[in-house]
Amino acid sequence: MSAPWQPATLEELAEAVNSAPQIIAVGAGTKPNLSAAASAAGATTISTARLTGIVEYTPTEFTFTARAGTPLREIIAALAAEGQYLPFDPPLAAAGATLGGTVAAGFSGPGRVRFGGIRDFILGVRFVDGTGQLLRMGGKVVKNAAGFDVPKFFVGSLGRFGVLGEITFKVFPQPVENLTLEAPLIPGREMTEFIAGTAKGRWEIDALEVSLPADQGFGIRPAIGQPDSAAKAYVRLAGPAGALEALAADLGRLLPITVLEPAAGQAVWQMAGDFSWAHPAGLLCKIPLTLARVPEFAALVGELAGARGWIGAAGNVGFLSLPAGADTEALDARLCALRVSALVWRGPGPLWLGASPTYLIHAAVKRALDPQNRFLALR
Amino acid sequence: MSPLAEKIVRLTALLPAGRVMSQAAPLAAYESDALTGFQSQPLAIAVPETSDEVIALVRFCREESLPYVARGSGTSLSGGSLPIADGIVIALNRLNRILRLDPVERIAVVQPGVINLQVTAAAAAHGLYYAPDPSSQSICTIGGNVAFNSGGAHCLKYGMTSDHVLGLKAVLATGEVVEFGSASREHIGPDWTGLFVGNEGLFGVVLEVTLQLLPRAECFHTVLAGYSSLEAAGDAVSAVIASGLLPGALEIMDALALEAAVAAVHAEYPPGCAAVLIVELEGPREVVAADRQRLDALLAASAAVGTRVAASPAERLAIWKGRKSAFSAVGRLSPDFIVQDGVVPRRRLGEALRLISEWSQEAGLRCANVFHAGDGNLHPLVLYDGRQPGQLEAAEKLAGRILRMCVHLGGSITGEHGIGVEKRDYLGEMFNGEEIAFMKRIRAAFDPSGLANPGKMFADGSPSALTHSGLHPLEKAGVISRE
Repeated sequence: MSAPWQPATLEELAEAVNSAPQIIAVGAGTKPNLSAAASAAGATTISTARLTGIVEYTPTEFTFTARAGTPLREIIAALAAEGQYLPFDPPLAAAGATLGGTVAAGFSGPGRVRFGGIRDFILGVRFVDGTGQLLRMGGKVVKNAAGFDVPKFFVGSLGRFGVLGEITFKVFPQPVENLTLEAPLIPGREMTEFIAGTAKGRWEIDALEVSLPADQGFGIRPAIGQPDSAAKAYVRLAGPAGALEALAADLGRLLPITVLEPAAGQAVWQMAGDFSWAHPAGLLCKIPLTLARVPEFAALVGELAGARGWIGAAGNVGFLSLPAGADTEALDARLCALRVSALVWRGPGPLWLGASPTYLIHAAVKRALDPQNRFLALR
Repeated sequence: MSPLAEKIVRLTALLPAGRVMSQAAPLAAYESDALTGFQSQPLAIAVPETSDEVIALVRFCREESLPYVARGSGTSLSGGSLPIADGIVIALNRLNRILRLDPVERIAVVQPGVINLQVTAAAAAHGLYYAPDPSSQSICTIGGNVAFNSGGAHCLKYGMTSDHVLGLKAVLATGEVVEFGSASREHIGPDWTGLFVGNEGLFGVVLEVTLQLLPRAECFHTVLAGYSSLEAAGDAVSAVIASGLLPGALEIMDALALEAAVAAVHAEYPPGCAAVLIVELEGPREVVAADRQRLDALLAASAAVGTRVAASPAERLAIWKGRKSAFSAVGRLSPDFIVQDGVVPRRRLGEALRLISEWSQEAGLRCANVFHAGDGNLHPLVLYDGRQPGQLEAAEKLAGRILRMCVHLGGSITGEHGIGVEKRDYLGEMFNGEEIAFMKRIRAAFDPSGLANPGKMFADGSPSALTHSGLHPLEKAGVISRE
């Protein structure tokens, strides 16, 4: 791999893109497998480590603009100082993840249940396309329908269609209080019913995650008093002062829930956001799910040796972790059989696993945005 | 027979009898959408009833180099479904089935001709609803909503159409049938669904749309507050935003819009007010109870001349009826009007409204204001009489001035209506030449022949439209004609 470029301005970013026949941009490297193909391809790395800082933030506009390399934690702190937040809880903030990397990876955290994911909060981008031009798409206001929605397209595009330089987001006022509830669950039908019933109820839950039982060494999931077969659901309520206890009590009339102490509750969301439940080395992948697929996903985690699993966003995403050295081909075959696809973002293995359709338009748009293949191939 | 007429003969053979219309009367019925100042007659109207028929039509058009526009109820305010001269209209109204309504996954899979409000009506039995609510929601279709990424009165909190489309099936202009996204709220890889929504019909025709449904709020608190000036209403909005509340809707109507709503739907407003603010909180009863205390205190401290709280669902609906009928109500005040859709940063609202007021007086035209104050999305309605020489031009000039102002203030030329044919000459105010060329490259990937809704979004030299103000230059030259 060539020595990395470290542009500090958007103009330098464009220069960096133009500097080599093939490049890949990386942020803090918290999702290393997304750019792992760069070394085999001999691509030049552009680091966004110096392309940082909040460019514009007017709290009353509910928007901010920041450089792609800005660490999430810096943004989260700046917003919190004004009582605002990114409601989709961008993950890996503590590990140093950047705003640009989070967009490119298309990662949302537990809070996406309430108001939508990262795709629903991105408003505008400045980026360098494959022809080396510095362009702007989208806008800087909370509502805008001018032109194609290229900012949304970039969510999950893995830097294969353009390099992000500056990004504008919508933000919301942060709820004053939150409360974390815990419920034991038996994987299978009961789990699906719990998620469906809680997510569609009157409570307007803020987050709902499920940690699946693991065979051993499972992070902070205590085994005391819990049958080994039990998974745990974590529900977060968020809202104004004084409203949540009544909501929790109401939920408790229907479901066997425990209200966690604030510190314990915070530890749960920390664990969801930093993936500390997963094997520190080894494969970690993201699998979009529907509720109908949740039992199959839970069963898959139970079957694969050493696998650990987490279900996020009220059953809309599964994260699966395998220990180092595990057989990725077996996982691939299982995912193909289930007709789901996975993005491997950490650990060894190919970028994609499982089945996903390929269309002619995919290559046509790649050619349109990156005619010289300056960015790595998506697949 | 002319080559064009021969194409129509072949087109007619493609669908069962009676579903391709090329007689003068139906053509006239389709010559315009809700942007009535623009008219253009298509060669024919095709009325498919199945996805396969739509696919066959798009592929036929590609083989025959026949331009087309897909059309739902024709409620576009930017001329998005204006027919293409020498092209056809693909009317999707008969693809109107809700294919799947799944209360467990909280999704609906619908065909493009399904009416927006019908989705909520079908979901209501399960305590769910479809959030995007354009003012035309009782007639506009999901296909049109998808093509133009429609908004509504609740966008600050709930986002636009795109934020509620999880996946879709479409026939691209190349003839390729694709499925983007899925029934999951999460995705991996580039967001193709996100790119497709808002394409203004330039990529192809949507066949099925997977929509997310939300749990219907248990409780609403809807307040209507009257103010003696627009500024005072705007100040109240600023106070609400600064307080950390996140209302579902924050809407303002000015005196002229109020006058229209009173005349049209007998809406009632506090006497003597020059502007009305509608604020709505919604959520679980415990949350609304806590939030409403803060809202009520804020409004009490504002300069409201009177407030009214909706005491029943019927009163809430009446408040919204007055708001949502405002556009059509203005039709009672003026034979013609242009609805603008610019967005300004919220802090520049006061400045924007002052300029609009000054400029409309200068132009000698009345201008009503109905807007989404929470997200800075203005809807100045420029009133004119197309039969009076020069009025349309004056109205368009004023509208253009307003659009440029929105960009100048850091906003956008369109918040939710799209560029269409109406604002295509202003796209360059927001994007530079390279950026427009970039978007055209994307368009060309989806539609290399430029047959899907040409002349929308991009100023491409095609005949713009025929208007009330006499013959179009191309019409005078005999290049195009209306019968």
